[in-house]
Amino acid sequence: MSALRNTLDRLKPTFSKGGKLSALGSFFDAMETFFFVPKTVTRRGTHIKDSVDLKRTMITVMVALIPVFLFSIYNIGYQMNLAYGYGWGFWMIVWKGFLKILPLYLVSYIVGLFFECMFAQIRGEEVNEGYFVTGFIIPLIMPVNVPLWMLALAVAFAVVIGKEVFGGTGMNIWNPALLARAFLFFSYPKMMSGDAVWVAHKAGVDAVSCATPLSEMASGGMSAMSHSALEMFIGLIPGSIGETSTLCILLGAILLIWTGVASWKIMLSCACGGLLIGLLGPVPAYYQLIMGGFAFGCVFMATDPVTSAQTETGKWIYGFLVGAFAVTLRLFNPGYPEGMMLSILLMNTFAPLIDHLVVNANIRRRQRRVKTA
Amino acid sequence: MSEHIRLKRGLDIPLAGAAPAKIAETVAPDLVAVKPTDFKGLVPKMAVKEGDLVKAGQVLFVDKLRPEVRFCSPCSGSVQAVVRGDKRKLLAVVVKAGKEQESVKFDTVDCAKLDKQAMTEAMLERGLWPMIKQRPYGIVANPADSPKGIFISALNTAPLAPDAEFIMQGQMENLQKGIDALGRLTSSKVYLSCKAGSAFESLKGAEIYTFEGPHPAGNVGVQINHISPINKGEIVWTVDLVSLAAIGRCLATGSYDMTRLVAVTGPAAKEPAYVKAVQGISLASIGKYAQGGNVRYVSGDVLTGENVGADGYLGYFDSQVTLLEEGDYYELLGWLKPLRLKKFSFSHLYWSWLAGKKKTYKLDTNTNGGPRAFVVSDVYGKVLPMDIYPVYLLKACLAKDIEKMENLGIYEVIEEDFALCEFVCPSKIEIQKIISDGIDLMLKEMA
Repeated sequence: MSALRNTLDRLKPTFSKGGKLSALGSFFDAMETFFFVPKTVTRRGTHIKDSVDLKRTMITVMVALIPVFLFSIYNIGYQMNLAYGYGWGFWMIVWKGFLKILPLYLVSYIVGLFFECMFAQIRGEEVNEGYFVTGFIIPLIMPVNVPLWMLALAVAFAVVIGKEVFGGTGMNIWNPALLARAFLFFSYPKMMSGDAVWVAHKAGVDAVSCATPLSEMASGGMSAMSHSALEMFIGLIPGSIGETSTLCILLGAILLIWTGVASWKIMLSCACGGLLIGLLGPVPAYYQLIMGGFAFGCVFMATDPVTSAQTETGKWIYGFLVGAFAVTLRLFNPGYPEGMMLSILLMNTFAPLIDHLVVNANIRRRQRRVKTA
Repeated sequence: MSEHIRLKRGLDIPLAGAAPAKIAETVAPDLVAVKPTDFKGLVPKMAVKEGDLVKAGQVLFVDKLRPEVRFCSPCSGSVQAVVRGDKRKLLAVVVKAGKEQESVKFDTVDCAKLDKQAMTEAMLERGLWPMIKQRPYGIVANPADSPKGIFISALNTAPLAPDAEFIMQGQMENLQKGIDALGRLTSSKVYLSCKAGSAFESLKGAEIYTFEGPHPAGNVGVQINHISPINKGEIVWTVDLVSLAAIGRCLATGSYDMTRLVAVTGPAAKEPAYVKAVQGISLASIGKYAQGGNVRYVSGDVLTGENVGADGYLGYFDSQVTLLEEGDYYELLGWLKPLRLKKFSFSHLYWSWLAGKKKTYKLDTNTNGGPRAFVVSDVYGKVLPMDIYPVYLLKACLAKDIEKMENLGIYEVIEEDFALCEFVCPSKIEIQKIISDGIDLMLKEMA
């Protein structure tokens, strides 16, 4: 391992200020800190620091996404197999699914990290690890047939307009991954919804039409549902790549709550909000939690610590409204069968307002104290 | 009957190197320093020059704005050096201790007979006044103010902090005298907070509160926030326990005796121990307690102390030295290691929260990551048991928005109250510096 260290030490001057490749300094720094926790020591303030850093936080979210990721690979192959009747075995299904998902990840990470490094370089900061997670999530919330150039465009939009113009990770208003999806949703609606985008194409053949539970519910209520609740919970159904398996999402949720990375308050109140409005729908309320992107959004996207409400009271309100609005959109808006994305983005917008009200209550308490004193 | 307050939020960092309750030795003073930098915002004016002979209790420098506030030499000897930094800023006055220790002889004081004015003058004359801190801002108290209360914390919860009851053995009479004296300074009350069942509960003349819970339950700022929070326009004073005993002793005996028990602690201490020493001693005289090549000498505790170096001096208010190993090493894929059992984390992202309360860690000064923006926003409130929204206050400080800072509670906090927030911050933000700058701004704008 000291060989790696020596190589990095030898290369460092080239990438440092004044070196030949100083324009790639941020990239080098990102690589170096990826392999080695830096040797910086505290200068003022506390002399010791907690061993946790953002890299650890982000990698934990990625670990929580692994069950979803693995299941997605299988489900892509499984849906292809089902639609075209290939008769593939387990490993063939996994292999085909893998081949389909690999280019999406390559595009997501290469384009995303390019812009992250570029902006870090311009600002003279270290590359933030937030994109580890964003880049991991973006392919999971896309339909499997999304063209790669479209994905690249969406990633660029999300990173540059959604995050970097505000100042980078920690300063953004909206969840960047959802912005990527929203960008495509409004720019290329044909490729993002309808019945033709959920099963991977076979070359030279027209897309297979395959309805998701959400569109079935929108078209005919309970009688049109072709999947049982258990099937929807397990997740071998059509849908965006990573959203289908509520079971795998729950596994991730357990890890996130256990480690405290994501707020259980938001998850719980979001589910409550969804269930409550779900009572008004044509299908049992709990269907809302296992259909479409509700579970995925609730666990992995509504809980983003930067764009969600940040006060503890605010989290309850924010989560509840995310769930309630999502199901409201599903049930009462004929235009969109899915409402989770728009609901989270809307509440991202309002999260600062919710926090403002909560913090204001604290301010008023303080001012009242002055008056009574 | 005393009121009991139980705090849940906070963190006791399980740092290795606590001092066992026994006194290893008496360290005779050699070089001793008084540092104006220990007092926030102080502009000092020298009263002696290099080579002058001084006695213990003789004034070394005064506050330029309030010359009646004196800062005295803790031992007798000769002024060896007046250390100055950039722009001739006075950093320290170093006194070389003589063989025989001698104090200026003051009159003994009967507290009951003095009114506020007379007591203030007595304390100013004896150089005891700088031991009184004012909140808001954590500056030396203004003798002309009348505080709405004087607060004393007789509970040390900081990492490896000296045990309050142990270091105050045999000092109860002095403490009582100190409280009597403070009682003359305020028309309101003196408040004393301690552990339930401790000897301090028997002290008279102060309203006793008992506190329970992890650090920062012992921070006087947290206690004030729960007993009687500071509102805009109000002033309270605080005195630490060691200073209180010194005040009482000086008033009772008439001699300026700044001896105290100092805890030598930390993972890089060979044998952690208590030593008897005078205020402001040179750390070189306890250098033999350090082990390892690359040691950081911290005057105070690891959260709020100052890195003074092996030749530095103990701070004016400090009765603890923490010895730490410097963490200037690379760690391969440290953030990716599943276990990393030697590192401690408040979060549940490593395993230390399952390791039980008895396990201690030899933590070093590595930052364990690079600086980032605020991302994980809910961790700070978990270690700040006050009715304050930490991130919002910090952002108000960063934005220099005075009205917001006021509204969000800047008057109620000083740097030390945010120390744990800084420790647990995954973004490695220098939070105490932000608060400090915020307070500096308030001092400037409100003056």
